[in-house]
Amino acid sequence: MTTVADMTISHRDAERYEEKDFGFWLYLMSDAVIFALLFATYLIMVGNAAGGPTPKDVFELDRVVAETALLLLSSTTFGIAAVALSAGERGKVLLWLAVTFLLGAGFIYLEIGEFAGMIAEGAGPQRSGFLSAFFTLVGTHGLHVSVGLCWILVMMGQVYFKGITAPVASRLMRLGLFWHFLDIIWVVIFSVVYLPGLL
Amino acid sequence: MEVKSGLQIERTLKPYLVGLALAVILTAIPFGLVATGALPRQTTLIIIAVFAVAQIIVHLTFFLHIDFKTTPRENLVALAFALVLIFIMVGGSLWIMFDLYHRMMV
Repeated sequence: MTTVADMTISHRDAERYEEKDFGFWLYLMSDAVIFALLFATYLIMVGNAAGGPTPKDVFELDRVVAETALLLLSSTTFGIAAVALSAGERGKVLLWLAVTFLLGAGFIYLEIGEFAGMIAEGAGPQRSGFLSAFFTLVGTHGLHVSVGLCWILVMMGQVYFKGITAPVASRLMRLGLFWHFLDIIWVVIFSVVYLPGLL
Repeated sequence: MEVKSGLQIERTLKPYLVGLALAVILTAIPFGLVATGALPRQTTLIIIAVFAVAQIIVHLTFFLHIDFKTTPRENLVALAFALVLIFIMVGGSLWIMFDLYHRMMV
């Protein structure tokens, strides 16, 4: 069992991982800018209900509480996987990545249920400016979480088949950044979209 | 030449548990205020905004492990640059659009 602390790699590889980490960080920052602009669009459009449903009519507080709890817990379980990774405990990494995946999948399940319910009630994205902006913003976040879920599955496969090697550990750390970043975006979503909408 | 991997080592769960506890508090209070409607609308909106900013800082610190000691300087510069861009673009968009809205309505 090699712990990440004991791992030695070539100087060239160490440089590579640093470059990849920085590149991935730049991607996250540009993604943050994209989300910020979707938030600006939402704030400008939220009053334009076009005589259709308003935020109060379509948002459900219970569902948002459950979604928030699932995503926050999944960030914590990813942390447990990251600590197990540092200790070189392969089985534990797999277990906690699987728990993280299930929590994230639960979030997506609730979100799809919300979207389907709204569309069935005639509150789809084509109904008003408010709803177009809502589906674009929250849907983009949901799409990111779905991509994160696929990435978790891929990394579980790599941990299972390749074991905890330096490249696998390096990728898992970037996946962690991505996953925690999506939780931050969700904090802004419930603070800008759901809570003011239900107030 | 073989060197230490330089990969981030996370020995304890403590930051994640502290982060979780703080995040739960910072989430429960605004949700509770909205559910009960205990405070006036304006006050509640201000509390939601302040708690959101606090929670973003909690997540950056305890989950993403961003700090001024170990995080590479260029990552902090990129973060600061993104924040400036967001401030200019979001602030500017809201300013222009709401100004336009009021001028059209009056």
